[in-house]
Amino acid sequence: MTGLLHRVAEADRPPIRLSVDGREITALAGDTLLTALLVAGARLRDSEFGDGTRAGFCLMGACQDCWVWTEAGARLRACSTPAEPGMRILTGAAPWP
Amino acid sequence: MAVTGDGVIVVGAGPAGIRAAERLVAAGIRPTVVEESARDGGQIYRRQPEGFRRPPEALYGADSAKARALHEAAQALHPRVDWRPGTLVWAIRDGTLLVNRAGQHEALPFRHLILATGATDRIMPLPGWTLPGVTSLGGAQIALKAQGCVIGREPVFLGTGPLLYLVAWQYLKAGVAVRGVLDTSAFAKRVLAAPWLAARPGLLARGLAYTAALRRAGVRIATNITPLEVEGEDRVAALRWRDAAGVEHRAACDGIGMGYGLRPETQLADLAGCAFAFDGGARLWLPVTDGDGRSSVPCVYLAGDGAQIRGADAAELAGRLAACAALRDSGRAVDELEMATLRRRLAGMTRFRRGLERAFPYPAHLAADLPDETLVCRCEAITAGALRQAGGEYGAAEVNRAKAFSRTGMGRCQGRMCGPAAAEVLAAARGIPMAQAGRLRGAAPVKPLPLATEAAP
Amino acid sequence: MTQADVIIVGGGLMGTASAFFLRQRGLSVILLERDLVGSHASGTNFGNVRRQGRFLPQLPLANRSRAIWGDLPGIIGEDSEFLPSGHLRIAFREEDEARLVAHAAAAREWGLDLDLITGNALRDRFPYLSPSARMASHSPLDGHANPRLAAPAFARAARRAGAVLHEGAAVLGIVKSAEDFVVETAIGAFRAPLLQISAGAWGGRIAAAFGEPVPITPAAPQMGVTEPMPYRIAPVMGIATTVKEEGVYLRQVKRGNIVFGGGARSEASLDTRRARLDPLNTLAQLPHLARLLPPIRALSIIRTWSGVEGYMADDIPVMGPSGKVTGLFYAFGFCGHGFQLGPGVGATMAELIATGHAGIPIEPFHISRFAQGPPG
Repeated sequence: MTGLLHRVAEADRPPIRLSVDGREITALAGDTLLTALLVAGARLRDSEFGDGTRAGFCLMGACQDCWVWTEAGARLRACSTPAEPGMRILTGAAPWP
Repeated sequence: MAVTGDGVIVVGAGPAGIRAAERLVAAGIRPTVVEESARDGGQIYRRQPEGFRRPPEALYGADSAKARALHEAAQALHPRVDWRPGTLVWAIRDGTLLVNRAGQHEALPFRHLILATGATDRIMPLPGWTLPGVTSLGGAQIALKAQGCVIGREPVFLGTGPLLYLVAWQYLKAGVAVRGVLDTSAFAKRVLAAPWLAARPGLLARGLAYTAALRRAGVRIATNITPLEVEGEDRVAALRWRDAAGVEHRAACDGIGMGYGLRPETQLADLAGCAFAFDGGARLWLPVTDGDGRSSVPCVYLAGDGAQIRGADAAELAGRLAACAALRDSGRAVDELEMATLRRRLAGMTRFRRGLERAFPYPAHLAADLPDETLVCRCEAITAGALRQAGGEYGAAEVNRAKAFSRTGMGRCQGRMCGPAAAEVLAAARGIPMAQAGRLRGAAPVKPLPLATEAAP
Repeated sequence: MTQADVIIVGGGLMGTASAFFLRQRGLSVILLERDLVGSHASGTNFGNVRRQGRFLPQLPLANRSRAIWGDLPGIIGEDSEFLPSGHLRIAFREEDEARLVAHAAAAREWGLDLDLITGNALRDRFPYLSPSARMASHSPLDGHANPRLAAPAFARAARRAGAVLHEGAAVLGIVKSAEDFVVETAIGAFRAPLLQISAGAWGGRIAAAFGEPVPITPAAPQMGVTEPMPYRIAPVMGIATTVKEEGVYLRQVKRGNIVFGGGARSEASLDTRRARLDPLNTLAQLPHLARLLPPIRALSIIRTWSGVEGYMADDIPVMGPSGKVTGLFYAFGFCGHGFQLGPGVGATMAELIATGHAGIPIEPFHISRFAQGPPG
C-alpha cells in the first residue's frame, strides 16, 4: 500500500527504523512521527466513534487528530513528535485496560 | 509567587512574537519567550528540522528574505531572552501562566503579557473531510516546507483565499500534478474588492502571478464552486463538486488540501479574560484591541494573527507595536514617531485584509446545506444533524448551549476546527445572525494536558 | 398564563423534576428560571447516580430517586444517558476500610445492599484498579448519567405535560398576599397560592427574605474530562477518605471519556454567577486520580469546568415546607450530592405539595433545623 505522504525533497537524510503495528518501517532522521507513519502507510488511528480511520489534519498541533500510542502505553501527538529510531507505535487497538 | 526577571512574557515565537521580544530586548528588558514548538519561526516562516538543506529561497519563495531576516532576529534573541521552546501554556491564573514542558509543570508569573498565538486554517466541513488524505491547506504547506513531503501526487486544493493559490503553486513547483484548484468565492468578488486590495499592490500582483502560473501549467481553476463530498473508502479517492453553472464534477485525486482563510488562536486571550466583539467582515468573534494591541485587560497585549488575521508582515509590525505599548504602559519612554509609523503601516495592511475578506469570503452559505450526516466536530464525531437538533428540538440559542447538548466542540481540539463552522450551522438552522450564535468559550487546558504532568516540587 | 396552582423558582434538576411530577398530579405549574434550564450546578456536576456513602436518613429519598432513574425512558421519554454501571468507593487505608465496613452494615438497615470486596477478588473483578487498593465497597445498582441532559430533559417533559417554563425570568421580588404569592420577574408578574424555591446556591437568599436564613455557602466543584478511550471502566469510582484533597472520583462515559472531580473546591459568586475553575486544583487532582486508576496516567485532560453549587453548613439539603410561611416549600442546597436525588426530590415535592404528605421521611431536611430557639 502506498503511503499518504510522498517525499519530494530532502530524501538524502540518514534512514532510521521504527515499528508500526509490529511491522518494521524505514523513515528518515528529521521526520516527524506523522511523516514517518504516513510515508509508510495511510492511517494513524481509528476514530473512537466508529466513523473510520484518521490520519491527522492540520499538521501543526491544533486539531489533535494525530495522537498515537506507543506499545509501552504512552500517547504521542504524531505531528509534533520527532520520529526516533526504535520507536514502537500502535495505530490500532490501544494498550488500555 | 514572585515575578522573576522583568516579568514580561511573550507567548508565541512567530513573526509577531519575535518582533515583540526584539523590541523589548532593545529597551533593555529580558523577556520570557514561550513557544509550543521546538523551534521559532511560527507557521508561515516555519523552519525545517536540523539536517535539512534546502535554502530559504526554496522554502519561502518570494518571502525568503523576510524569513531569513526573522530567523536571524530570533537567533540573535536566544541569549538575550529566557527562551522556552517546546512549552505549552495550558492555563492562565491570576497573572500567572501555567506551562507544561515535557510533562513538567511550571507557573510563570507575569506583569506584562504579549500573546502572539498565531492562527490555523478556518474550516467548512463537508461529507468525507475526515478521511485520511484530507489535510488543512496549512498542513499541506507544512508537509512540504518542514518535511519535504507532499500530501498527494495528484492533489486537489479546495477552499478560498490567497493561501489556496499559494499552496497550489508551491505544489506545482515541487513537481506535483495538481488536479484542481477549487475556490468557493466568485471571481467577481475579487474585482469588487480591488479598491481595498490595491492597498498592497505587490501582494496583489503576486497572487495574480500564482494564478497565472497555475493556468499556464494547465491546472484547472474553478471559482464560485460548491464542494459536495470527499469520496473514498479508507483514504481519499475523489472530490465531488458543483460548478457555478450547477454542473456536477468528480475530480479523482489522492490528497485534498482544504482551507477557507485563517482563524486566530484566541483561547489564551479568552482565559486571560479579554473582551471579545463580533467582527462582521471576518464573521468571527475576535478579542477587542486598541490600535496598539492593548486588550481589554490591563497589561495583556495581543499581536499578530492570533488577534486578527492580517498576515505575517502585519504580524511583525503588530508585535513590535504591542511591545511599544507595553513599554509605554510600564513607564518607559517610547518615541511617538515609532509608534505612529507602525500604526500607519498597519492601517494599509488592515485595509488589504478587508479587501481579502471581500474577495475571498468565508463560505458561510454552505452551512445551511450541509447534509445532516456530515461530521462537523471531527474530534467527537458530531454531525450537522445533531447540532441542528440541539438548536431546534432542544432550543439551544447559541453555540455553548448547543455544545452542552450535542458535544460539538467538546473534544481534544476544543472547537478549534469546528467552532466557527458550528456557529454557522447553528445560525442557519435557527435563522439567526452569526453574531448571535456566539463563540465557544475557552477552557483550560487549551490543548490536551498529559495527566502524567508532574507538579513543580 | 401568569397564574397557576404552583410557581417554582429555579429551573435546575430539582425544579424541572418537580414541575414534571406536579403536572402528573394534575396541578398547574409555572417554572421561572433566571438563566437557562439546568445551566448551573445541575448541568455542571459530576453526574453521579450514587446512593452509598450518603447521610443514611437520605436513603429513602435516594432509593425513590434510583427507581425513577431506572425508568426514565418510560417516565420522561429519554434516559439522559443513565447507566446503572455500579459504584465503587475505594479505601487505601485501614481506617477508611473500617468506615466502609461500618457504612455497609448501617446502609443495609436502610435498604441499600453493598458488597465489600478485598484482595484477589478485588483484583479479579476490577483489574484496572490500583494494587494498593485495600477494599472496595460496591453498590451494584448505582451508576451515572449526563448532567447536561437531565434537567433539560425533565424540562421538556414538563412542558409536554403542560407546565409553563420561562427562561430568562430573574425574580425581582416575591410578595405573599392573603391567598397568593406574587412573583415579580424580569418578564412580568406571576401569581400562585403555592410556591417552591429550588434556586440552588441562590435558595438561601430567598429563604432569608421569608425570614428563614440558613447557613449556605456557594462554592465551585472542580471538574475535568480526559480524551476518549475504549469503554472499559464500567463502575463509577471514588476514593473513600476523610482527607479532602484525596477525595477524587471518576467515571467513564460510554463514548469513552473519563469525567472526574473532587478534591479542593474553588470560589463561586452568587452575584457574578460564575464559578472558578482553578487549574492548580486540576493539577492537584492528578496524582490521586492516578492512584485510583493507574492506567489513566497515559491519558490527557482535554477540558475542565465548574458551576455554582450551594453547600449547607451541615452538608444536608433544605427540603420540605417552610417553617414560617403557609404554602411555601423549599428544595435547595444539595451540597454537591443532589444530582442522584433530583428525580426523587421532584416526585417527593410534588407529592408533598399536592397531598400534604411526602410519602417518605424528609424531616431531617426541614429548614426549621436552622431556626433560632427561644432566647435563654
